[in-house]
Amino acid sequence: MTPPSGDSSEGPGRGAAPSSAGPVPLPAPKFATAARAALSDGRLRRNLAGATAVLRARRDAATAELDDWEELREAGRAIRDRTLLNLDSHLEELERAVTGAGGTVHWAADAAEARRIVTTLVRATGEGEVHAVRSAVAREIRLDEALERAGITVRGAGLAELVMDLDGDGRPSHPLFPALHHDRARIRDLLAGGPPGTPADLPDDPAALAGAARARLRDGVPPGGAAICGAAFLVAETGTVVLAEPGGGGRACAVLPETLICVAGIEEVVPTWADLEVFLQLLPRAAVGERTLPAISTWTGVTPGDGPAAFHLVLLDNGRTTVLADEIGRAALRCVRCAACLDVCPVYGRTGGDPYGPGLPGPIGAVLTPQVRGVESAAGASLPYASTLCGACADVCPVKIDIPDLLVHLRGRVVESRRRRPVPPPELAMMRALAWTMGDRRRHEAALRRGTRWARLLSRGGRIRRLPGLLGRWTDARDVPAPPAETFRAWWRSRARSGGTGTGAGPEAGR
Amino acid sequence: MSSRETVLGRVREALGPARGTRVPVPRDYRRRLSGRQAPTRADVVALFSERVAEHRASVRHVSADELATAIAAALWGREAGRIIAPADLPFGWLAGLEGVAAQADLPAADRVQAVRGLDGLDGVVTGCAVAIAQTGTIVLDGGRAQGRRALTLVPPYHLCVVHADQIVGTVPEAVARLDPARPLTWIGGPSTTTDIELERTEGVYGPAVLDVFVVED
Repeated sequence: MTPPSGDSSEGPGRGAAPSSAGPVPLPAPKFATAARAALSDGRLRRNLAGATAVLRARRDAATAELDDWEELREAGRAIRDRTLLNLDSHLEELERAVTGAGGTVHWAADAAEARRIVTTLVRATGEGEVHAVRSAVAREIRLDEALERAGITVRGAGLAELVMDLDGDGRPSHPLFPALHHDRARIRDLLAGGPPGTPADLPDDPAALAGAARARLRDGVPPGGAAICGAAFLVAETGTVVLAEPGGGGRACAVLPETLICVAGIEEVVPTWADLEVFLQLLPRAAVGERTLPAISTWTGVTPGDGPAAFHLVLLDNGRTTVLADEIGRAALRCVRCAACLDVCPVYGRTGGDPYGPGLPGPIGAVLTPQVRGVESAAGASLPYASTLCGACADVCPVKIDIPDLLVHLRGRVVESRRRRPVPPPELAMMRALAWTMGDRRRHEAALRRGTRWARLLSRGGRIRRLPGLLGRWTDARDVPAPPAETFRAWWRSRARSGGTGTGAGPEAGR
Repeated sequence: MSSRETVLGRVREALGPARGTRVPVPRDYRRRLSGRQAPTRADVVALFSERVAEHRASVRHVSADELATAIAAALWGREAGRIIAPADLPFGWLAGLEGVAAQADLPAADRVQAVRGLDGLDGVVTGCAVAIAQTGTIVLDGGRAQGRRALTLVPPYHLCVVHADQIVGTVPEAVARLDPARPLTWIGGPSTTTDIELERTEGVYGPAVLDVFVVED
């Protein structure tokens, strides 16, 4: 549930701490706490490991096939940066173009306003239900819950949406494949346990399961009603909306209903039509490891006799301008939502999307969510640490977002935000103690001797499973290797004594 | 203050002095296929056929004068008894039909009826605007012989005729040829879903079967 104050917290008071202007942080558990359940779920981990391995292999093959992949990435990065640095004029241009083509543009400063706008638009159609295709933005603003609260039934348009609906409290684990964490047996159980008419002896091969889902969704998206979709890109120059998806649910939503409502973040703009020549090559290969996405649709406003009679575009800020204000952090807004970084992330590969909260999951979520929601909350502060900083995400990002660099930047902000607290954060206390110890040679050497001895006493089989005291929390999620028997300084001295050959265990021993 | 002003004001404030900086965009990527990838025009066409087939479409090369016969044979083979086609489909394309009820898609006054009328049809025959060899994509833009978007979304079978001169090598060439003001449908094979263990199977929306006829003359 969103606290009611979240609806009114947006305002002109942005001058203070950058994170205070964003939406009120939802009461969410810390990443490590939220991840515990996922980590102990063997089936989830097995399914995720299998699926991410498949996606990684496909993506590697698809990107290796182009000999200009690096040039495309570089162009993509530059176009996104150019867009962000001129975002206000691109948005105005986009609004003019969409309006000129018969569409209507709405602006939403925060999630609550976006929910209000969409609810009002759906109500105005007189429909009690609306069809929706999954989008990261709809999930971010919790649109479905808001519509349900307003008495509007939300029907998912695709197979994955159906599976997630049947799963009850199930949350999508992946922006492109929401049911990625479910194996065929689980999907079979969900589909077979449905209403009368579903065969009880449903086999669990994907084709049969897709057939059963198709039968469920037989009525499809009705021609008279309203539908909600997201967008992959918004072309400022022409007012064109681009939808790119692995299935066809979005296309059905964009073509069949009377009223189409598209909810998109303000950063999804690209300047010109010609820029799509870059992104329509980058996105499919990075997102699903294929040469093209099976269903790409583009439209500009409304077309008489073809598609919806009314088109509404809701442009959402919801903290994006807060991210934009951070010169380093703004690189995260280049993101084109391909989810490549998720599939290579060793942390995401074990926890799935759930522990990352309602925003984007994976490495990109770990940098965007704390920037949008602030690092004051425990959940926000924990996300920049939900990473091994291995750098794989930066290597695969089609628009070259240096995610590890941003994570380190945000970790700095987390420590900074806690500096003025009455009880100093452990990092700060430790750094102060270290500074004092290392400020004097004898203190340092004594500490090293004692530290080594205690650390070796704590270790079992060369590993320390849990450090004592405050440091213990750090070892909750990791083991520490036991320190060597001899410190570098002791080794160096013994090396000098024995005439430069050392003990044979030193750094040069292997030469 | 309207939300529009609020959002735009926040963007300007957030960017500060950096606002309006022109970032140079290096465009060193390929715009056309290299001589190694497709030395001749025939190779571009062959590459398209190969790639679109990898999307599980079935591809046939036909000459212009055997097109009508080939279409009739394909519809018969797919057991498509009732089909629809854009009203401006070239007259000759459906000239060879036997035992197939073909209807031309005419503008309907009622929107709901215009979509509901597609239910129960077995297939649709259209042309296309552009096809891309490198990605195996076909793009429809609602222009001549293509009709409205719902035509290629509701019926379970789509027969798409691609003229060899509509095939370009790369995505940049296609983007340059297309008009963004038109609604565009980029088709990468028949309808699919990869939602179950990432395995590609027939999807929930769109034609489950796609036949592509490449016309060469």
